[in-house]
Amino acid sequence: MIDHFVIPLVKILVVLNATLVAVTYMVLLERKVIAWAQSRLGPMRVGPYGILQPVADAIKLMIKEDITPVRADKWVFTAAPIISMVPALIVYAVIPFGPEVTIFGRKVALYITDVNVGLLYIVSVASVGVYGIILGGYASNSKFPLLASLRASAQLISYEVAVTLTLVSVILMAGSLSMVSIVRAQESSHLWYAFVQPLAFGIFIIGGLAETNRAPFDLPEAEQELTGGFHTEYSGMRFALFFLAEYANMIVVSSVATTLFLGGWLRPFPNVAMLGFLDFIPAWIWFLVKSFVFLYVFIWIRATLPRYRYDQLMRLGWKVLIPLAIANLVVTGIVKVLLL
Amino acid sequence: METPAVHHGAMFDTSELVINMGPQHPSTHGVLRVVLRLDGEKVVDADVVIGYLHRGIEKLSENRNWTQIILLTDRMDYVAAATNNVGYCETVEKLMSIEVPRRARYIRTIMCELQRIASHCLWIGTHAMDIGAMTVFLYAFRERELILDLFEEMCGARLTYNSMRIGGLPLDLPPGWDKKVLQFCSIMDTKIDEYEELLTHNRIWLERTKGIGVISGADAVALGLSGPPLRGSGVPRDVRKDEPYAAYEEMQFDVPIGTAGDTYDRYLVRLEEFRQSLRIIRQATDGLPEGPIVGKVPRLIKPPAGETYHAIESPKGELGYFIVSDGKSTNPYRFRVRPPSFCNLQGLRPLIKGHLIADVVALIGSLDVVLGEVDR
Repeated sequence: MIDHFVIPLVKILVVLNATLVAVTYMVLLERKVIAWAQSRLGPMRVGPYGILQPVADAIKLMIKEDITPVRADKWVFTAAPIISMVPALIVYAVIPFGPEVTIFGRKVALYITDVNVGLLYIVSVASVGVYGIILGGYASNSKFPLLASLRASAQLISYEVAVTLTLVSVILMAGSLSMVSIVRAQESSHLWYAFVQPLAFGIFIIGGLAETNRAPFDLPEAEQELTGGFHTEYSGMRFALFFLAEYANMIVVSSVATTLFLGGWLRPFPNVAMLGFLDFIPAWIWFLVKSFVFLYVFIWIRATLPRYRYDQLMRLGWKVLIPLAIANLVVTGIVKVLLL
Repeated sequence: METPAVHHGAMFDTSELVINMGPQHPSTHGVLRVVLRLDGEKVVDADVVIGYLHRGIEKLSENRNWTQIILLTDRMDYVAAATNNVGYCETVEKLMSIEVPRRARYIRTIMCELQRIASHCLWIGTHAMDIGAMTVFLYAFRERELILDLFEEMCGARLTYNSMRIGGLPLDLPPGWDKKVLQFCSIMDTKIDEYEELLTHNRIWLERTKGIGVISGADAVALGLSGPPLRGSGVPRDVRKDEPYAAYEEMQFDVPIGTAGDTYDRYLVRLEEFRQSLRIIRQATDGLPEGPIVGKVPRLIKPPAGETYHAIESPKGELGYFIVSDGKSTNPYRFRVRPPSFCNLQGLRPLIKGHLIADVVALIGSLDVVLGEVDR
């Protein structure tokens, strides 16, 4: 009873709530980090150093009037933000935050579940989220969102190919699709895959930026060109859902990158016994720290770089990243067959 | 503009999309409206609609006396108000043949150049922002703030200065002001490098600006472009050099010109203008002569009958005033401005044809128009 019902339920509750809080605080973090980069202070009014800003934002968005344009397709317009948000959340089901630990004498795994096709699950669920953007832009019945959703669909589909190809290289290395086994494989090979597969790692980061619509690939919501892009017509909580989905996706990409390339919950240099004292830090903290590094880099990039143009983005995706990813995959396969 | 065309394809018919960009759009720099006809994301044709900020400054000026008009000129190019003041005052001085004291001319030069830096700061910020580099925007505004502080100390205002008088200046410089200007110059020197670090060799920036909106020198002249858009195409025309006014003939400076005539060259030209402006400010501040600040001006300003045209180099290009006086009244008979932004905006339609939507905002930024001046 407890093992099959209570513990999973508690884990789901914790992960879901932690994610939602993390997502709202991501918004604050982003505003703060960008502000520091630009020699500003960022939000300072709500709470000390603005730490209650996400709460104020949430309240504001919830009590705002929810406008549906008269000529919009009402059902699709309502469904789109939900379609965008839900996949971003359910991906967390397979992300391993840590190994099995003992809490109150009971063995508890620090992940909701470990599916043997975990990586495939992430890729397929995450790609459903694209429909939210496409449908949102289409259902608004407005020209700017339509252009943006066209951009979004083209961009996300082309970058998904490159990202998925890099995932295949990792799968070849680990010999498994399960997220937990991939971390275990890195433990037993004594190496993070970022060092074995630097090219795949780089492509994954670039593709991840593009898939989450982050700068310099934030074309679908290019404020300066398309006045906000696919969510131009959205307001209130529905807008917030799109917004939260974007940040939730960022956290997903960082978590996946951490799991696949930076050894998940493992401490640095898991094979060097001398650094064993680092084990006093719990595994899940290592995981969060590594993910945080990615998130910080994402924000940093946004503060630094200009935006690509649509055609340049597609050229980069199809002519550079995808061929490189395929080459990397082929070389990985050959090396794997010949040497191991 | 004609109705959108329908293309008949092998499988599907596609029709062009007419999209209305502005007057409320984050990147049209005010209230510019561009009606774009798109084929996918490609601009087939564009219609530039202006007039949303028309306040009738030219007509209004015919019913104000000569001194009151200075205040109206502030409201044209509101990011370079002092330059507008200088242009107008010099035109009236030319009409009345008033000799302006050397000190006043030097101070005018300093103010014009500070204004050029302030205006270019706004330009580099918004231009970079349009292309997606948001940090440059705040950096540039940080430096613009320093200039506004200098102006505030000098004349009390931060945007619309009303800082000139016919025949000279209303007030002398506050004590220690010149030291602060030199201090600002040394700060600004390092800040320009900072902007360059973020943009000049950035690969994405290069891809977004190189070869975008190319216009040849001959075409630029034919369209009546002036200022950096003209010089970016390799035409070495600068009113400060060709027909010196204020104290420019005593200053050493270069006129940067581009070669390719694309957005990147216009960007480089303006960046070099930052440096040349600092050079001029340093020279003028170091060599600031003593003496009166107002020439011999009659109590009642009433220019003799006649007409005159006088142009200066504003940050945006050639800013000209054409004034007719009937010799009897205390207001101009006809007042007409040749605003550089208005003439430069003429180049927008040929420039954006065939480019993508993202380039449209880059090109609006590259021409650096101020709608207050376009519509007047």
